[in-house]
Amino acid sequence: MNRQLLRKSEELFYRVLMIISTVIIIIALLAIIISILVKGMPSLSWSMITQTPKGGYYFGKEGGILNAIIGSLYLSGGATLLALAVSLPLALYMNVHKLKQKNVVNSIRFFLDLLWGVPSIVYGAFGFTLMVLLGLRTSLLAGILTVTLFIIPIMVRSMDEVLKTVPKGLLESAFSLGSTRSETAFRVMLRQCIPGIITAILLAFGRAIGDAAAVLFTAGYTDYIPTSLSQPTATLPLSVFFQLSSPIPEVQNRAYASAVVLTVIVLIISIASRGFSMKYQKNKIK
Amino acid sequence: MINETKINIENLNLHIGKNHILKDINVQIPEKKLTVILGPSGCGKTTLLKSLNRLTDLYPEVKTQGRIFNGDEDILHPKTEITELRKKMGLLAQSPYPLPMSIYDNITYGLRISGRRKKRFLNKRVEYYLRQVSLWDEVKDRLKDPASALSIGQQQRLCLARGLSVDPDILLADEPTSALDPISSREVEELFVKLKQRYTIVMVTHILRQAKRVADYVIFMYLGEIIEHGPAEQIFEHPRNEITKSYIKGIYS
Repeated sequence: MNRQLLRKSEELFYRVLMIISTVIIIIALLAIIISILVKGMPSLSWSMITQTPKGGYYFGKEGGILNAIIGSLYLSGGATLLALAVSLPLALYMNVHKLKQKNVVNSIRFFLDLLWGVPSIVYGAFGFTLMVLLGLRTSLLAGILTVTLFIIPIMVRSMDEVLKTVPKGLLESAFSLGSTRSETAFRVMLRQCIPGIITAILLAFGRAIGDAAAVLFTAGYTDYIPTSLSQPTATLPLSVFFQLSSPIPEVQNRAYASAVVLTVIVLIISIASRGFSMKYQKNKIK
Repeated sequence: MINETKINIENLNLHIGKNHILKDINVQIPEKKLTVILGPSGCGKTTLLKSLNRLTDLYPEVKTQGRIFNGDEDILHPKTEITELRKKMGLLAQSPYPLPMSIYDNITYGLRISGRRKKRFLNKRVEYYLRQVSLWDEVKDRLKDPASALSIGQQQRLCLARGLSVDPDILLADEPTSALDPISSREVEELFVKLKQRYTIVMVTHILRQAKRVADYVIFMYLGEIIEHGPAEQIFEHPRNEITKSYIKGIYS
Protein backbone atom coordinates (compact mmCIF):
# COMPACT_ATOMS: atom_id res chain seq x y z
CA MET A 1 0.00 0.00 0.00
CA ASN A 2 2.74 2.37 1.04
CA ARG A 3 4.82 1.39 -1.96
CA GLN A 4 1.98 2.12 -4.29
CA LEU A 5 1.58 5.56 -2.78
CA LEU A 6 5.27 6.18 -3.31
CA ARG A 7 5.07 5.18 -6.94
CA LYS A 8 2.04 7.36 -7.47
CA SER A 9 3.69 10.40 -5.96
CA GLU A 10 6.81 9.76 -8.02
CA GLU A 11 4.64 9.67 -11.13
CA LEU A 12 2.96 12.89 -10.05
CA PHE A 13 6.29 14.58 -9.33
CA TYR A 14 7.69 13.89 -12.78
CA ARG A 15 4.49 14.82 -14.48
CA VAL A 16 4.42 18.19 -12.73
CA LEU A 17 8.09 18.68 -13.59
CA MET A 18 7.39 18.10 -17.27
CA ILE A 19 4.39 20.38 -17.31
CA ILE A 20 6.34 23.18 -15.63
CA SER A 21 9.21 22.83 -18.12
CA THR A 22 6.83 22.88 -21.07
CA VAL A 23 5.08 25.97 -19.74
CA ILE A 24 8.37 27.80 -19.15
CA ILE A 25 9.50 27.13 -22.70
CA ILE A 26 6.22 28.16 -24.27
CA ILE A 27 6.08 31.36 -22.21
CA ALA A 28 9.68 32.26 -23.09
CA LEU A 29 9.02 31.69 -26.78
CA LEU A 30 5.79 33.66 -26.77
CA ALA A 31 7.40 36.48 -24.81
CA ILE A 32 10.17 36.85 -27.37
CA ILE A 33 7.82 36.75 -30.34
CA ILE A 34 5.25 39.09 -28.79
CA SER A 35 7.85 41.63 -27.68
CA ILE A 36 9.46 41.91 -31.11
CA LEU A 37 6.04 42.03 -32.74
CA VAL A 38 4.71 44.73 -30.38
CA LYS A 39 7.79 46.90 -30.74
CA GLY A 40 8.53 46.11 -34.35
CA MET A 41 5.18 46.00 -36.12
CA PRO A 42 4.47 49.77 -35.90
CA SER A 43 7.78 50.51 -37.64
CA LEU A 44 7.43 47.71 -40.16
CA SER A 45 6.28 49.09 -43.47
CA TRP A 46 6.50 48.19 -47.11
CA SER A 47 9.29 50.68 -47.65
CA MET A 48 11.21 49.04 -44.81
CA ILE A 49 11.64 45.83 -46.79
CA THR A 50 11.86 47.30 -50.29
CA GLN A 51 14.28 50.21 -49.85
CA THR A 52 17.86 50.67 -48.82
CA PRO A 53 18.56 52.97 -45.80
CA LYS A 54 18.34 56.72 -46.14
CA GLY A 55 20.41 58.87 -43.80
CA GLY A 56 22.72 56.15 -42.54
CA TYR A 57 21.99 53.01 -40.57
CA TYR A 58 22.74 54.77 -37.30
CA PHE A 59 20.52 57.81 -37.65
CA GLY A 60 18.30 56.99 -40.59
CA LYS A 61 14.57 57.07 -39.89
CA GLU A 62 13.71 56.75 -43.54
CA GLY A 63 14.24 54.04 -46.08
CA GLY A 64 14.53 50.37 -45.26
CA ILE A 65 16.75 47.40 -44.66
CA LEU A 66 16.71 45.82 -48.11
CA ASN A 67 20.50 45.98 -48.11
CA ALA A 68 20.57 43.79 -44.99
CA ILE A 69 17.89 41.37 -46.21
CA ILE A 70 19.62 40.78 -49.54
CA GLY A 71 23.05 40.80 -47.89
CA SER A 72 22.00 38.21 -45.31
CA LEU A 73 20.46 35.96 -47.95
CA TYR A 74 23.56 36.19 -50.16
CA LEU A 75 25.84 35.56 -47.26
CA SER A 76 24.03 32.67 -45.61
CA GLY A 77 23.05 31.17 -48.96
CA GLY A 78 26.64 31.22 -50.16
CA ALA A 79 27.99 29.90 -46.88
CA THR A 80 25.37 27.12 -46.76
CA LEU A 81 26.22 25.96 -50.28
CA LEU A 82 29.95 26.01 -49.59
CA ALA A 83 29.49 24.21 -46.27
CA LEU A 84 27.23 21.63 -47.93
CA ALA A 85 29.92 20.84 -50.49
CA VAL A 86 32.26 19.95 -47.64
CA SER A 87 29.87 18.56 -45.03
CA LEU A 88 27.83 16.04 -47.00
CA PRO A 89 30.84 14.14 -48.34
CA LEU A 90 32.48 14.19 -44.91
CA ALA A 91 29.35 12.96 -43.12
CA LEU A 92 28.88 10.15 -45.65
CA TYR A 93 32.56 9.27 -45.49
CA MET A 94 32.38 8.96 -41.71
CA ASN A 95 29.35 6.71 -41.84
CA VAL A 96 30.03 4.53 -44.86
CA HIS A 97 33.72 4.44 -45.71
CA LYS A 98 35.06 4.58 -42.18
CA LEU A 99 32.46 2.22 -40.77
CA LYS A 100 35.10 -0.10 -39.46
CA GLN A 101 37.45 2.49 -37.94
CA LYS A 102 35.28 3.53 -35.02
CA ASN A 103 38.22 5.32 -33.38
CA VAL A 104 38.88 7.56 -36.36
CA VAL A 105 35.22 8.48 -36.68
CA ASN A 106 34.87 9.15 -32.98
CA SER A 107 37.88 11.46 -32.97
CA ILE A 108 36.47 13.37 -35.95
CA ARG A 109 33.20 13.68 -34.01
CA PHE A 110 35.04 14.90 -30.95
CA PHE A 111 36.86 17.65 -32.85
CA LEU A 112 33.70 18.72 -34.64
CA ASP A 113 31.92 18.97 -31.31
CA LEU A 114 34.76 21.13 -29.98
CA LEU A 115 34.46 23.37 -33.04
CA TRP A 116 30.69 23.52 -32.59
CA GLY A 117 31.30 24.89 -29.11
CA VAL A 118 33.67 27.65 -30.24
CA PRO A 119 31.86 31.03 -29.95
CA SER A 120 31.16 32.72 -33.27
CA ILE A 121 33.11 35.84 -32.28
CA VAL A 122 36.21 33.65 -32.23
CA TYR A 123 35.45 32.59 -35.79
CA GLY A 124 35.03 36.27 -36.59
CA ALA A 125 38.43 37.07 -35.11
CA PHE A 126 40.00 34.11 -36.91
CA GLY A 127 38.40 35.19 -40.18
CA PHE A 128 39.76 38.67 -39.64
CA THR A 129 43.30 37.34 -39.09
CA LEU A 130 42.95 35.28 -42.23
CA MET A 131 41.83 38.35 -44.19
CA VAL A 132 44.80 40.36 -43.02
CA LEU A 133 47.05 37.49 -44.03
CA LEU A 134 45.48 37.20 -47.48
CA GLY A 135 45.14 40.94 -47.98
CA LEU A 136 41.33 40.77 -48.23
CA ARG A 137 39.18 43.72 -47.18
CA THR A 138 35.86 43.36 -45.37
CA SER A 139 33.72 41.83 -48.07
CA LEU A 140 30.91 39.45 -48.90
CA LEU A 141 33.54 36.83 -49.78
CA ALA A 142 35.34 37.12 -46.44
CA GLY A 143 31.99 36.93 -44.65
CA ILE A 144 30.92 33.86 -46.59
CA LEU A 145 34.20 32.08 -45.89
CA THR A 146 34.07 32.82 -42.17
CA VAL A 147 30.43 31.78 -41.80
CA THR A 148 31.16 28.63 -43.82
CA LEU A 149 33.83 27.63 -41.30
CA PHE A 150 31.42 28.44 -38.50
CA ILE A 151 28.55 26.27 -39.79
CA ILE A 152 30.51 23.28 -41.11
CA PRO A 153 30.70 21.56 -37.70
CA ILE A 154 26.98 22.15 -37.17
CA MET A 155 26.09 20.75 -40.56
CA VAL A 156 28.40 17.73 -40.43
CA ARG A 157 27.33 16.70 -36.95
CA SER A 158 23.61 17.07 -37.67
CA MET A 159 23.98 15.00 -40.84
CA ASP A 160 26.12 12.52 -38.96
CA GLU A 161 23.43 12.04 -36.31
CA VAL A 162 20.90 11.28 -39.06
CA LEU A 163 23.20 8.91 -40.95
CA LYS A 164 24.03 7.06 -37.73
CA THR A 165 20.42 5.93 -37.45
CA VAL A 166 20.48 4.00 -40.74
CA PRO A 167 19.90 0.33 -39.91
CA LYS A 168 22.94 -1.88 -40.46
CA GLY A 169 20.78 -4.30 -42.42
CA LEU A 170 20.15 -1.67 -45.08
CA LEU A 171 23.88 -1.13 -45.52
CA GLU A 172 24.42 -4.87 -45.74
CA SER A 173 21.70 -5.10 -48.40
CA ALA A 174 23.34 -2.41 -50.46
CA PHE A 175 26.81 -3.93 -50.13
CA SER A 176 25.64 -7.44 -50.86
CA LEU A 177 24.29 -6.25 -54.21
CA GLY A 178 27.84 -5.37 -55.11
CA SER A 179 27.69 -1.63 -54.44
CA THR A 180 30.95 0.14 -53.84
CA ARG A 181 31.13 2.28 -50.73
CA SER A 182 30.46 5.44 -52.70
CA GLU A 183 27.45 3.91 -54.45
CA THR A 184 26.11 2.85 -51.08
CA ALA A 185 26.70 6.36 -49.73
CA PHE A 186 25.18 8.38 -52.55
CA ARG A 187 22.50 6.06 -53.88
CA VAL A 188 21.22 4.41 -50.72
CA MET A 189 22.26 6.32 -47.59
CA LEU A 190 21.53 9.70 -49.12
CA ARG A 191 18.05 8.64 -50.24
CA GLN A 192 17.24 7.08 -46.91
CA CYS A 193 18.34 10.19 -45.06
CA ILE A 194 17.21 12.97 -47.38
CA PRO A 195 14.61 14.39 -44.96
CA GLY A 196 17.13 14.56 -42.12
CA ILE A 197 19.81 15.99 -44.38
CA ILE A 198 17.53 18.78 -45.56
CA THR A 199 16.77 19.56 -41.93
CA ALA A 200 20.52 19.66 -41.19
CA ILE A 201 21.14 22.04 -44.10
CA LEU A 202 18.39 24.40 -43.00
CA LEU A 203 19.49 24.26 -39.39
CA ALA A 204 22.92 25.40 -40.53
CA PHE A 205 21.33 28.08 -42.71
CA GLY A 206 19.38 29.31 -39.69
CA ARG A 207 22.58 29.60 -37.67
CA ALA A 208 24.32 31.37 -40.54
CA ILE A 209 21.62 33.96 -41.05
CA GLY A 210 21.18 34.63 -37.36
CA ASP A 211 24.78 35.20 -36.41
CA ALA A 212 26.18 38.69 -35.89
CA ALA A 213 29.62 38.12 -34.40
CA ALA A 214 31.16 36.11 -37.24
CA VAL A 215 30.30 38.78 -39.82
CA LEU A 216 31.09 41.84 -37.71
CA PHE A 217 34.74 42.12 -38.77
CA THR A 218 34.59 40.10 -41.93
CA ALA A 219 31.58 41.19 -43.97
CA GLY A 220 31.51 44.74 -42.62
CA TYR A 221 28.45 46.89 -43.02
CA THR A 222 27.15 49.16 -45.74
CA ASP A 223 24.02 50.96 -46.86
CA TYR A 224 24.24 49.46 -50.32
CA ILE A 225 23.37 46.10 -51.79
CA PRO A 226 26.62 44.34 -52.76
CA THR A 227 27.10 43.80 -56.48
CA SER A 228 30.25 41.69 -56.22
CA LEU A 229 31.96 39.33 -53.82
CA SER A 230 34.64 41.87 -53.00
CA GLN A 231 32.22 44.49 -51.66
CA PRO A 232 31.23 44.68 -48.02
CA THR A 233 27.68 43.71 -47.22
CA ALA A 234 25.05 44.46 -44.60
CA THR A 235 23.40 41.67 -42.64
CA LEU A 236 20.17 41.54 -40.65
CA PRO A 237 21.66 40.72 -37.22
CA LEU A 238 24.09 43.61 -37.57
CA SER A 239 21.37 45.97 -38.69
CA VAL A 240 19.44 45.01 -35.54
CA PHE A 241 22.61 45.68 -33.56
CA PHE A 242 23.32 49.10 -35.10
CA GLN A 243 19.73 50.28 -35.04
CA LEU A 244 19.36 49.24 -31.42
CA SER A 245 22.49 51.11 -30.39
CA SER A 246 21.26 54.30 -32.07
CA PRO A 247 20.38 57.17 -29.69
CA ILE A 248 17.18 57.92 -31.62
CA PRO A 249 14.05 56.05 -30.35
CA GLU A 250 12.48 55.71 -33.84
CA VAL A 251 15.60 54.04 -35.12
CA GLN A 252 15.62 51.75 -32.07
CA ASN A 253 12.10 50.62 -32.92
CA ARG A 254 13.23 49.89 -36.44
CA ALA A 255 15.61 47.35 -34.88
CA TYR A 256 12.60 45.35 -33.74
CA ALA A 257 11.13 45.56 -37.21
CA SER A 258 14.39 44.15 -38.56
CA ALA A 259 14.16 41.40 -35.95
CA VAL A 260 10.65 40.58 -37.16
CA VAL A 261 11.94 40.30 -40.73
CA LEU A 262 14.78 38.03 -39.61
CA THR A 263 12.40 35.84 -37.59
CA VAL A 264 9.97 35.56 -40.48
CA ILE A 265 12.77 34.48 -42.84
CA VAL A 266 13.87 31.77 -40.39
CA LEU A 267 10.25 30.71 -39.96
CA ILE A 268 9.71 30.39 -43.71
CA ILE A 269 12.90 28.33 -43.97
CA SER A 270 11.87 25.92 -41.24
CA ILE A 271 8.36 25.48 -42.61
CA ALA A 272 9.82 24.83 -46.05
CA SER A 273 12.17 22.26 -44.55
CA ARG A 274 9.23 20.43 -42.97
CA GLY A 275 7.52 20.39 -46.34
CA PHE A 276 10.57 18.96 -48.09
CA SER A 277 11.07 16.35 -45.38
CA MET A 278 7.50 15.15 -45.71
CA LYS A 279 7.81 14.97 -49.48
CA TYR A 280 10.90 12.77 -49.42
CA GLN A 281 9.78 10.65 -46.48
CA LYS A 282 7.82 8.14 -48.51
CA ASN A 283 10.68 5.93 -49.64
CA LYS A 284 12.27 5.75 -46.23
CA ILE A 285 12.80 2.29 -44.74
CA LYS A 286 11.94 2.06 -41.09
CA MET B 1 25.64 -37.66 -52.64
CA ILE B 2 27.92 -34.64 -52.69
CA ASN B 3 28.36 -33.19 -56.12
CA GLU B 4 31.02 -30.66 -56.84
CA THR B 5 32.28 -28.38 -54.13
CA LYS B 6 31.24 -24.77 -54.61
CA ILE B 7 32.69 -23.10 -51.55
CA ASN B 8 35.66 -24.47 -49.70
CA ILE B 9 36.40 -23.11 -46.23
CA GLU B 10 39.86 -23.81 -44.87
CA ASN B 11 41.00 -23.16 -41.29
CA LEU B 12 38.69 -20.21 -40.79
CA ASN B 13 39.12 -18.45 -37.46
CA LEU B 14 37.31 -15.27 -36.57
CA HIS B 15 37.72 -13.04 -33.54
CA ILE B 16 35.62 -10.08 -32.49
CA GLY B 17 37.75 -8.18 -30.00
CA LYS B 18 38.85 -10.83 -27.53
CA ASN B 19 36.07 -13.29 -28.33
CA HIS B 20 36.87 -16.26 -30.49
CA ILE B 21 33.68 -16.53 -32.53
CA LEU B 22 34.56 -19.08 -35.22
CA LYS B 23 37.01 -21.84 -34.36
CA ASP B 24 38.92 -23.78 -37.03
CA ILE B 25 36.13 -24.02 -39.54
CA ASN B 26 36.87 -26.54 -42.29
CA VAL B 27 33.99 -27.44 -44.54
CA GLN B 28 32.94 -27.78 -48.18
CA ILE B 29 29.65 -26.45 -49.46
CA PRO B 30 28.27 -28.45 -52.39
CA GLU B 31 27.18 -26.82 -55.63
CA LYS B 32 23.50 -26.44 -56.52
CA LYS B 33 22.32 -27.87 -53.22
CA LEU B 34 20.65 -26.29 -50.28
CA THR B 35 23.06 -26.32 -47.38
CA VAL B 36 21.64 -25.52 -43.99
CA ILE B 37 23.81 -24.15 -41.21
CA LEU B 38 22.03 -25.37 -38.12
CA GLY B 39 22.66 -24.66 -34.48
CA PRO B 40 21.42 -22.87 -31.38
CA SER B 41 21.35 -19.07 -31.19
CA GLY B 42 24.72 -17.40 -30.72
CA CYS B 43 26.81 -20.26 -32.06
CA GLY B 44 28.33 -18.25 -34.92
CA LYS B 45 26.05 -19.31 -37.78
CA THR B 46 25.33 -15.79 -38.98
CA THR B 47 28.97 -14.76 -38.64
CA LEU B 48 30.01 -17.73 -40.76
CA LEU B 49 27.43 -16.78 -43.38
CA LYS B 50 28.54 -13.14 -43.42
CA SER B 51 32.17 -14.21 -43.79
CA LEU B 52 31.23 -15.79 -47.11
CA ASN B 53 30.63 -12.44 -48.80
CA ARG B 54 32.81 -10.48 -46.40
CA LEU B 55 30.04 -8.45 -44.85
CA THR B 56 32.17 -8.96 -41.75
CA ASP B 57 34.28 -6.12 -43.24
CA LEU B 58 31.63 -3.72 -41.99
CA TYR B 59 32.12 -4.53 -38.34
CA PRO B 60 34.81 -3.00 -36.17
CA GLU B 61 37.17 -5.29 -34.27
CA VAL B 62 36.56 -8.30 -36.50
CA LYS B 63 39.72 -10.24 -37.32
CA THR B 64 39.58 -13.10 -39.78
CA GLN B 65 42.20 -15.75 -40.52
CA GLY B 66 42.03 -18.62 -42.93
CA ARG B 67 40.82 -19.03 -46.47
CA ILE B 68 37.48 -19.34 -48.19
CA PHE B 69 37.57 -20.44 -51.80
CA ASN B 70 34.85 -19.81 -54.31
CA GLY B 71 36.17 -21.87 -57.19
CA ASP B 72 39.86 -20.99 -57.08
CA GLU B 73 39.34 -17.44 -55.85
CA ASP B 74 40.18 -16.74 -52.20
CA ILE B 75 37.32 -14.62 -50.88
CA LEU B 76 39.27 -13.49 -47.85
CA HIS B 77 42.34 -12.40 -49.78
CA PRO B 78 42.71 -8.62 -49.38
CA LYS B 79 43.25 -8.16 -53.11
CA THR B 80 40.02 -9.91 -54.09
CA GLU B 81 37.64 -7.53 -55.88
CA ILE B 82 34.96 -7.59 -53.24
CA THR B 83 32.15 -5.86 -55.14
CA GLU B 84 32.35 -8.35 -57.99
CA LEU B 85 32.44 -11.17 -55.51
CA ARG B 86 29.35 -9.92 -53.72
CA LYS B 87 27.44 -9.74 -56.99
CA LYS B 88 27.91 -13.48 -57.28
CA MET B 89 26.11 -13.94 -53.96
CA GLY B 90 22.58 -12.82 -53.26
CA LEU B 91 21.81 -12.12 -49.62
CA LEU B 92 18.55 -12.47 -47.78
CA ALA B 93 18.65 -11.04 -44.28
CA GLN B 94 16.67 -11.93 -41.16
CA SER B 95 14.23 -9.14 -41.67
CA PRO B 96 13.69 -7.56 -45.05
CA TYR B 97 15.60 -4.38 -45.86
CA PRO B 98 14.34 -3.10 -49.19
CA LEU B 99 16.27 -0.12 -50.52
CA PRO B 100 14.69 3.29 -49.88
CA MET B 101 13.23 3.57 -53.38
CA SER B 102 10.39 2.20 -55.49
CA ILE B 103 9.65 -1.50 -56.03
CA TYR B 104 10.89 -1.15 -59.61
CA ASP B 105 14.11 0.58 -58.59
CA ASN B 106 14.80 -2.04 -55.96
CA ILE B 107 15.09 -4.68 -58.66
CA THR B 108 16.96 -2.50 -61.15
CA TYR B 109 19.43 -1.08 -58.62
CA GLY B 110 21.89 -3.94 -58.96
CA LEU B 111 21.62 -3.89 -62.74
CA ARG B 112 22.11 -0.15 -62.96
CA ILE B 113 25.24 -0.14 -60.81
CA SER B 114 26.57 -2.79 -63.19
CA GLY B 115 25.97 -0.39 -66.05
CA ARG B 116 22.73 -1.81 -67.53
CA ARG B 117 20.53 1.19 -68.33
CA LYS B 118 18.30 0.24 -71.30
CA LYS B 119 14.70 0.77 -70.29
CA ARG B 120 13.34 -2.22 -72.21
CA PHE B 121 15.92 -4.57 -70.79
CA LEU B 122 15.24 -3.34 -67.25
CA ASN B 123 11.46 -3.68 -67.66
CA LYS B 124 11.85 -7.26 -68.78
CA ARG B 125 14.19 -8.13 -65.93
CA VAL B 126 11.87 -6.60 -63.34
CA GLU B 127 8.98 -8.73 -64.55
CA TYR B 128 11.15 -11.83 -64.79
CA TYR B 129 12.54 -11.62 -61.27
CA LEU B 130 9.26 -10.59 -59.69
CA ARG B 131 7.67 -13.66 -61.31
CA GLN B 132 10.49 -15.80 -59.94
CA VAL B 133 9.38 -14.91 -56.43
CA SER B 134 5.64 -14.95 -57.31
CA LEU B 135 5.30 -11.27 -56.54
CA TRP B 136 4.54 -9.97 -60.03
CA ASP B 137 0.77 -10.36 -59.90
CA GLU B 138 0.61 -8.66 -56.53
CA VAL B 139 2.63 -5.58 -57.46
CA LYS B 140 2.51 -5.18 -61.26
CA ASP B 141 0.14 -2.19 -61.04
CA ARG B 142 2.19 -0.32 -58.49
CA LEU B 143 5.80 -0.80 -59.45
CA LYS B 144 6.50 2.88 -58.82
CA ASP B 145 5.25 2.73 -55.23
CA PRO B 146 7.83 2.82 -52.45
CA ALA B 147 8.99 -0.65 -51.45
CA SER B 148 8.35 0.25 -47.83
CA ALA B 149 4.60 0.18 -48.56
CA LEU B 150 4.63 -3.61 -49.09
CA SER B 151 3.84 -6.08 -46.33
CA ILE B 152 6.77 -7.69 -44.55
CA GLY B 153 6.29 -10.97 -46.39
CA GLN B 154 6.15 -9.19 -49.75
CA GLN B 155 9.21 -7.15 -48.81
CA GLN B 156 11.15 -10.32 -48.08
CA ARG B 157 10.22 -11.77 -51.46
CA LEU B 158 11.15 -8.45 -53.09
CA CYS B 159 14.55 -8.67 -51.38
CA LEU B 160 14.96 -12.18 -52.72
CA ALA B 161 14.10 -10.97 -56.24
CA ARG B 162 16.56 -8.11 -55.78
CA GLY B 163 19.24 -10.60 -54.74
CA LEU B 164 18.54 -12.70 -57.83
CA SER B 165 18.64 -9.66 -60.12
CA VAL B 166 22.44 -9.40 -60.12
CA ASP B 167 22.53 -12.97 -61.45
CA PRO B 168 24.43 -14.61 -58.62
CA ASP B 169 25.23 -18.29 -58.46
CA ILE B 170 25.15 -18.44 -54.69
CA LEU B 171 22.31 -17.37 -52.39
CA LEU B 172 22.99 -16.63 -48.75
CA ALA B 173 20.02 -16.57 -46.42
CA ASP B 174 20.16 -15.63 -42.77
CA GLU B 175 17.09 -17.03 -41.03
CA PRO B 176 15.04 -15.67 -43.91
CA THR B 177 11.68 -16.55 -42.41
CA SER B 178 12.20 -15.49 -38.81
CA ALA B 179 10.40 -12.15 -39.16
CA LEU B 180 7.55 -13.51 -41.25
CA ASP B 181 4.08 -14.83 -40.52
CA PRO B 182 3.50 -18.57 -41.10
CA ILE B 183 2.00 -18.16 -44.58
CA SER B 184 4.76 -15.88 -45.85
CA SER B 185 7.32 -18.19 -44.24
CA ARG B 186 5.95 -21.11 -46.14
CA GLU B 187 6.02 -19.12 -49.40
CA VAL B 188 9.64 -18.09 -48.93
CA GLU B 189 10.62 -21.62 -47.94
CA GLU B 190 8.99 -23.07 -51.04
CA LEU B 191 10.82 -20.52 -53.18
CA PHE B 192 14.11 -21.77 -51.81
CA VAL B 193 13.21 -25.35 -52.61
CA LYS B 194 12.36 -24.24 -56.14
CA LEU B 195 15.55 -22.21 -56.53
CA LYS B 196 17.98 -24.83 -55.28
CA GLN B 197 18.15 -26.56 -58.65
CA ARG B 198 19.77 -23.48 -60.11
CA TYR B 199 21.63 -21.88 -57.24
CA THR B 200 23.98 -22.94 -54.51
CA ILE B 201 22.04 -21.95 -51.41
CA VAL B 202 23.42 -21.51 -47.90
CA MET B 203 20.69 -20.99 -45.34
CA VAL B 204 21.14 -20.29 -41.66
CA THR B 205 18.37 -21.46 -39.42
CA HIS B 206 17.75 -22.55 -35.88
CA ILE B 207 14.38 -24.06 -36.76
CA LEU B 208 14.92 -27.80 -36.84
CA ARG B 209 11.70 -28.59 -38.69
CA GLN B 210 12.52 -26.07 -41.39
CA ALA B 211 15.97 -27.57 -41.79
CA LYS B 212 14.43 -31.04 -42.17
CA ARG B 213 12.03 -29.76 -44.82
CA VAL B 214 14.55 -28.02 -47.04
CA ALA B 215 18.09 -29.25 -46.44
CA ASP B 216 20.20 -31.36 -48.77
CA TYR B 217 23.31 -30.91 -46.72
CA VAL B 218 23.65 -29.89 -43.09
CA ILE B 219 26.38 -28.15 -41.15
CA PHE B 220 25.74 -28.36 -37.43
CA MET B 221 27.46 -25.74 -35.31
CA TYR B 222 27.78 -25.36 -31.59
CA LEU B 223 29.70 -22.62 -29.72
CA GLY B 224 31.67 -21.51 -32.76
CA GLU B 225 32.72 -24.95 -33.89
CA ILE B 226 31.43 -27.25 -36.57
CA ILE B 227 30.35 -30.34 -34.66
CA GLU B 228 29.22 -32.39 -37.60
CA HIS B 229 28.43 -31.96 -41.26
CA GLY B 230 27.10 -34.21 -43.95
CA PRO B 231 24.12 -35.06 -46.16
CA ALA B 232 20.77 -34.25 -44.56
CA GLU B 233 19.54 -37.83 -44.03
CA GLN B 234 22.75 -38.84 -42.37
CA ILE B 235 22.70 -35.92 -39.93
CA PHE B 236 19.02 -36.22 -39.13
CA GLU B 237 18.73 -40.01 -39.08
CA HIS B 238 22.13 -41.14 -37.86
CA PRO B 239 23.98 -38.31 -36.16
CA ARG B 240 27.37 -39.44 -34.90
CA ASN B 241 28.05 -36.81 -32.31
CA GLU B 242 26.34 -36.68 -28.91
CA ILE B 243 25.66 -32.92 -29.14
CA THR B 244 24.09 -33.28 -32.57
CA LYS B 245 21.96 -36.16 -31.30
CA SER B 246 20.57 -34.18 -28.42
CA TYR B 247 19.96 -31.09 -30.58
CA ILE B 248 18.05 -33.14 -33.09
CA LYS B 249 16.04 -34.76 -30.33
CA GLY B 250 15.14 -31.23 -29.31
CA ILE B 251 17.06 -30.82 -26.10
CA TYR B 252 18.55 -27.49 -27.16
CA SER B 253 16.51 -25.11 -29.16
